[in-house]
Amino acid sequence: MKHTISVLLQNKPGVLSRVTGLFSGRGFNIDSLSVAETLEKDVSCLTLVTHGDEAIIEQITKQLHKLIDVIKVTDMAEHDHVEREMAIIRVKAESNTRAEVLRVIDIFRGKVVDVSPKSYVVEVTGSKTKVQAIIDILRPIGIQEIVRTGAIAITRGKKF
Amino acid sequence: MKMKGSQAFVKCLEEQGVEVIFGFPGGAVIDLYDELLNADKLTHVLVRHEQAAVHAADAYGRVKGEVGVALVTSGPGATNTVTGIASAYCDSIPMVVFTGQVPTMLIGNDAFQEVDIVGITRPVTKHNYLVKKPEDLIPTIREAFHLARSGRPGPVLVDLPKDVIGAMVSYTEPKPIKMRTYKPTYEPHPGQIEKACKTILKARKPVLYVGGGVINANASQAVTELAKKLDIPVTMTLMGLGGFPGTDQLSMGMLGMHGTYYANMAVANCDLLIAVGARFDDRVTGRIDAFAPNAKVIHVDIDPSSISKNVRVDIPIVADCLHAVTAMNTWFDGSKEFTKKAAKEQHKEWHKQIKEWKNRHPLGYVEESDIIKPQFVVQKLHELTKGDAIITTEVGQNQMWAAQFYHFNKPRHFMTSGGLGVMGYGFPAAIGAQMAAPKQTVIDIAGDGSIQMNIQELATARQYKCPVKIAILNNNYLGMVRQWQELFYDKKYAHTTLDVAPDFVKLAEAYGAVGLRATKPSEVEPVIKEALKTKNTVIMDFVISREEGVYPMVPAGKATTEMLLV
Ligand SMILES: Cc1cc2nc3c(=O)[nH]c(=O)nc-3n(C[C@H](O)[C@H](O)[C@H](O)COP(=O)(O)OP(=O)(O)OC[C@H]3O[C@@H](n4cnc5c(N)ncnc54)[C@H](O)[C@@H]3O)c2cc1C
Ligand SMILES: Cc1ncc(C[n+]2csc(CCOP(=O)(O)OP(=O)(O)O)c2C)c(N)n1
Ligand SMILES: [Mg+2]
Repeated sequence: MKHTISVLLQNKPGVLSRVTGLFSGRGFNIDSLSVAETLEKDVSCLTLVTHGDEAIIEQITKQLHKLIDVIKVTDMAEHDHVEREMAIIRVKAESNTRAEVLRVIDIFRGKVVDVSPKSYVVEVTGSKTKVQAIIDILRPIGIQEIVRTGAIAITRGKKF
Repeated sequence: MKMKGSQAFVKCLEEQGVEVIFGFPGGAVIDLYDELLNADKLTHVLVRHEQAAVHAADAYGRVKGEVGVALVTSGPGATNTVTGIASAYCDSIPMVVFTGQVPTMLIGNDAFQEVDIVGITRPVTKHNYLVKKPEDLIPTIREAFHLARSGRPGPVLVDLPKDVIGAMVSYTEPKPIKMRTYKPTYEPHPGQIEKACKTILKARKPVLYVGGGVINANASQAVTELAKKLDIPVTMTLMGLGGFPGTDQLSMGMLGMHGTYYANMAVANCDLLIAVGARFDDRVTGRIDAFAPNAKVIHVDIDPSSISKNVRVDIPIVADCLHAVTAMNTWFDGSKEFTKKAAKEQHKEWHKQIKEWKNRHPLGYVEESDIIKPQFVVQKLHELTKGDAIITTEVGQNQMWAAQFYHFNKPRHFMTSGGLGVMGYGFPAAIGAQMAAPKQTVIDIAGDGSIQMNIQELATARQYKCPVKIAILNNNYLGMVRQWQELFYDKKYAHTTLDVAPDFVKLAEAYGAVGLRATKPSEVEPVIKEALKTKNTVIMDFVISREEGVYPMVPAGKATTEMLLV
């Protein structure tokens, strides 16, 4: 099963390779990875998506915890959470398809962030399935290039 | 107080209680070495290969229950430590290794003798550091010692660029270390202790499975108390030997691939397995689904990631062994449900069964009158040292015979490379052990192959007047591999015969040590007695029956009940 795991780390040199080295060394999978600073300057948040059975996910969280620079490990599967990915797509947009492309973008609540005579650059965020869906729809029209981020996730606020 | 980085380095070691360090100099650490000349509280042992420094520090730390320390130069000095560090990592041994590094401004430039040793050792250290700023030097050294000795111990590497060592730093007195991210759990959860104890009370066929964590935690006494209080039979891993007295009635000896028949049978048939500081290694479990198939499992371990890693655990207890077992003892002492007599009665059938297994296949070997059996040598060593020596081993058959036939009664008397299985560990380890316990008899039970991997340390042993004894069980084979070839590869001995071998007696003499040889059983005792009498380093070359095997043996991947017996 897929799991999104959020890891707070001390922002020290080499800390990312400690995490990725752990995954490659122990044969765990990384489906995607995304890292950036948090509000605290010397703390980073790393979100990674992995898959495996329960025992593997348990080992992954325990092994992550064991890294000295790791502050906190949260398996998002155990929490109500919001998860997003983003893709930037340069799609062919010539006179006969420009309108169609815009319509698709609108349906997916994407944004055109760059316009040229023969293409648009489109930005879209959402769940993995949503991002995949727009890609699938734009592909027959002609995707020239695509860049995707890994997932990032946050737990929802308390409802009461 | 302002001082040079190198001076602060020495001061930090002294403040951590370090008395002996093992090392080898080079350009990048020449400042540190210069400073060592002024350090009257520190003894530096100059090894002849950096790997040996690390193994020596490993055993030194194990004997003393402290952090072992090694110091080497950058580049090749650093890379030579990797095997030793990896061994200490696999065996959870507290250690700090200092490596020299090129000056910070050259790092990343492929400078002379530059390697990314922090990168190289990342997967085999508990943690490691590159000290980039002089002001980080002192706090980093202190943190390194703290990490090495606390929680699940392990090796920590500190990489020291030459300019950092040369810079001025300000020394302040040490304070208790607080780390935001690292807080090992020592105290067991009382609820889990109660659950475990109640389960123990119900068990009819319990087994205590004692591992290296018991030695680390100095919990042997507490474990012994628990076993005796409840009349529970005990088995130990290779790393746990000495954690419970090997000659005690309750001891079933070692379990696993080369464990005793009765220990493996007991584990396979028990209804409760109480694992204390052991990590369910594959050498112990054999085929995993056949390991203790009908047992509830209680597991005490300080490292949560050891729990339920290989075997599903019913009652996990994350804690230090000493704290957890003491809490159990206290619980039983205060419990109305528990009486010693009832426990004895409840396990009576079980002990009878174990005794039957023991009688059916005791640990043994076929004796012969004209040829030396390796097991006989180990038995004689045990007898003539009254079971009191510190034993180190190399790797292979020699290691297993040592484990099987030198019945360890005390903790911190057996040093072996268990998890990594490093040939060449035993001799430098013996030197480290001897430096830690100058008055004790220290014996490296060795193979003729392994001993050649760090034989150069004869010079070190001589230089520091370490009267260690090396007992080579000389089969003129890479015997353990040969045994596998005999059993599973149709006796095709591919590259396991050591066709050219040194004359070990002359070799010892070349270094100014003493060489003795026994070729007949009747010579074994005189040779050992002579060696034990000698104040010098001694090699005893025991020419043993060449194709002797280690039995029992569980073939790899088989259930532990599927043993090949003598
Ligand atoms: C040729 C060869 C053959 C071998 N055959 C066998 C064999 O037949 N039988 C056998 O047993 N081994 C054998 N071994 C050794 C084997 O590979 C392992 O090294 C060994 O079984 C591990 O022992 P352990 O489970 O006690 O774990 P260790 O490696 O000693 O680990 C200790 C465990 O305790 C925990 N711990 C550490 N400190 C504490 C503390 N203070 N409090 C609580 N927990 C703590 C750690 O987290 C870890 O989980 C063999 C090795 C070789 C080289
Ligand atoms: C550094 C290293 N290389 C290879 C091995 C694989 N190996 C394990 S036991 C063994 C044979 C050891 O021979 P020897 O030291 O003579 O011991 P014996 O088994 O004959 O007692 C070998 C090659 C190892 N454990 N370590
Ligand atoms: Mg041999």
